Amino acid sequence: MSVTTEDKVKRTWGYVAEFDTAASVYEAAKAMKEGGYRRWDVHSPFPIHGMDGAMGLGPSFLSRIVFCGGLAGSLTALLLQFGTQVGLYPTIVQGKPDNLFTIPAFFPVTFELTILFSAFTILFSLLVIIRLPRLHHPLFESKLFTGFSDDKFILSVEARDPKFAREGTREFLQSIGAKQVELVEEEL
Amino acid sequence: MSTPTTVEQDLRGVAREPLVLSGRDYKWITNRICGVVENKQPFVWWLVAVPGALLSLVLLFTLVYLVSTGVGVWGLNQPIAWGWDITNFVFWIGIGHAGTLISAILFLTRQKWRTSVNRAAEAMTLFAVVCAGIYPGFHVGRFWMVWFLAPVPNSNAIWQNFKSPLLWDVFAVSTYFTVSVIFWFIGLIPDLATLRDRCKPGLKKALYGIFSLGWRGGNRQWRHYEMGYLLLAALSTPLVLSVHSVVSFDFATSVVPGWHTTIFPPYFVAGAIFGGFAMVLTLMIPCRAIYGLHDMLTPKHIDNMTKIIVLTGTIVGYAYLMELFIAFYGGNPFEVDAFHMRAVSGPYVWSYWAMMFCNVIAPQAFWIPWCRKNLVVVMCVCMCVNTGMWYERFVIIATTLARDFLPGQWGYYEPTWVEIAMFVGSHGLFLFLFALFIRFLPMIAISEVKGVLPQSDPHHHPAH
Repeated sequence: MSVTTEDKVKRTWGYVAEFDTAASVYEAAKAMKEGGYRRWDVHSPFPIHGMDGAMGLGPSFLSRIVFCGGLAGSLTALLLQFGTQVGLYPTIVQGKPDNLFTIPAFFPVTFELTILFSAFTILFSLLVIIRLPRLHHPLFESKLFTGFSDDKFILSVEARDPKFAREGTREFLQSIGAKQVELVEEEL
Repeated sequence: MSTPTTVEQDLRGVAREPLVLSGRDYKWITNRICGVVENKQPFVWWLVAVPGALLSLVLLFTLVYLVSTGVGVWGLNQPIAWGWDITNFVFWIGIGHAGTLISAILFLTRQKWRTSVNRAAEAMTLFAVVCAGIYPGFHVGRFWMVWFLAPVPNSNAIWQNFKSPLLWDVFAVSTYFTVSVIFWFIGLIPDLATLRDRCKPGLKKALYGIFSLGWRGGNRQWRHYEMGYLLLAALSTPLVLSVHSVVSFDFATSVVPGWHTTIFPPYFVAGAIFGGFAMVLTLMIPCRAIYGLHDMLTPKHIDNMTKIIVLTGTIVGYAYLMELFIAFYGGNPFEVDAFHMRAVSGPYVWSYWAMMFCNVIAPQAFWIPWCRKNLVVVMCVCMCVNTGMWYERFVIIATTLARDFLPGQWGYYEPTWVEIAMFVGSHGLFLFLFALFIRFLPMIAISEVKGVLPQSDPHHHPAH
């Protein structure tokens, strides 16, 4: 027996609202912040300059994590080189000593591993912070939503937002300039 | 008193040329770039991809032949133990520098024109580094022992010599490749999402969906993404400068006359950028014509890149002359002789002057605006540079080894058919990978090009 779409139990996920220009969605974002909404986002084909400020978001904290990653890379490289060249397998070659003073010869590898570890930290911590990868999201059910990757600017509001109201939010979105508003539901 | 001018008239002279011509909008950009992937490839694509694939097979065959027979199939011997193999390694690595330079250094310096070329240049970087990696890998002789390069405990209880530039090179090149892949992939995520959203449900959509990681383009994602991209650019900038410096240490830290010079790191880096940009133009000018990308790859882009070529080419020319001057001024008789034989009396004098012409004289054409605008001239000069940069490495590597300290050690080197076939085959592999890239991935960064349109500024209000 097949289950039709109508038979499935659905829950309101929220609204998506479509805007035509970066300028209009920027103004709308400021209005959303004024309106006291908390669980909402602006989906755009490219990062909009100044949107963080309009949404009231601070600077990203990714750089602090990456600093730790880079530091781990430097320490790994120094441990690896001192451990093997001074401790495990000391050789006196190229007129260089086999003690602590060998350090200038260890700079290139230390530098490279610092960069390597930082790059991996960027990739993986970025994915953790932005909660990707994920195979599906209720927003992908929306007809309007996919316009975000082409030429539209989409503002999404989640039903979990304390200010969310089925009628009130729709009217609010229209009042701040949305061209179209669509209700998004997710299957349970 | 002269007629007063309005502010707008005053500013007309300093207005910047638009980065995307013909007033194209977001939709057009999406359609045009995704269209390259979605539509049937033109016949020219097959003319590149099929020979590329066949030549890759030639490369594979020569590698199998090399491994099964031994490195003796190359023309290398004492005194010339580094010939075409290391020449090709340095040649490809050098080409691989433009991609990350465009992505990282031009990003940090806010050169917005980079957006139209960075994706293809990064792809080119990766494929060039793949081609480069083959040579030292097989040069070790017993390819199955190549893991000895990695610092892992082994039953001999032997560890690598971390004081050796050759080991630094292993770390530098592998780090460069890995970081370039990460940089490229992070840049691709939003564009893969665009391709995903345009596909009909099916395998293609699933694959683009998986590789775009479920990207939703929310500003709460973008703000971390942008920071990540900025950090990668900031890290890649010193990285790209370090890689060719470390490659140059392979030579500069030795005592061989002609190699033992302190000018090598900056000279190699300038040369790498020089050769890399020439290769970017060699690839992008045909792509622009074949896929109709003239509005995104404008004459301004070509103009900027040719200016970088003339700048770096002149730096390289300066380095050539400075090498000669220091050999003379330093008064070391071996050094003087090394350069005398390189440029005047040695067996490879022809390659020195081929290098001089291609790298120093030919790019000077770009001082003339007409030459920078004429694509035939641009292509010819770029081909000269591509050739010249190969000769530069050949001159540095093989001809130096051919004339060592003692005349009893002197020799002459010629490549065998295996080396020639490998060289041609690696070009095939490079072109084949690039053709696949064009076929399956957006060759211009869609989201970045959209971001530099005037209407992308949230404070932009079109004139009514």
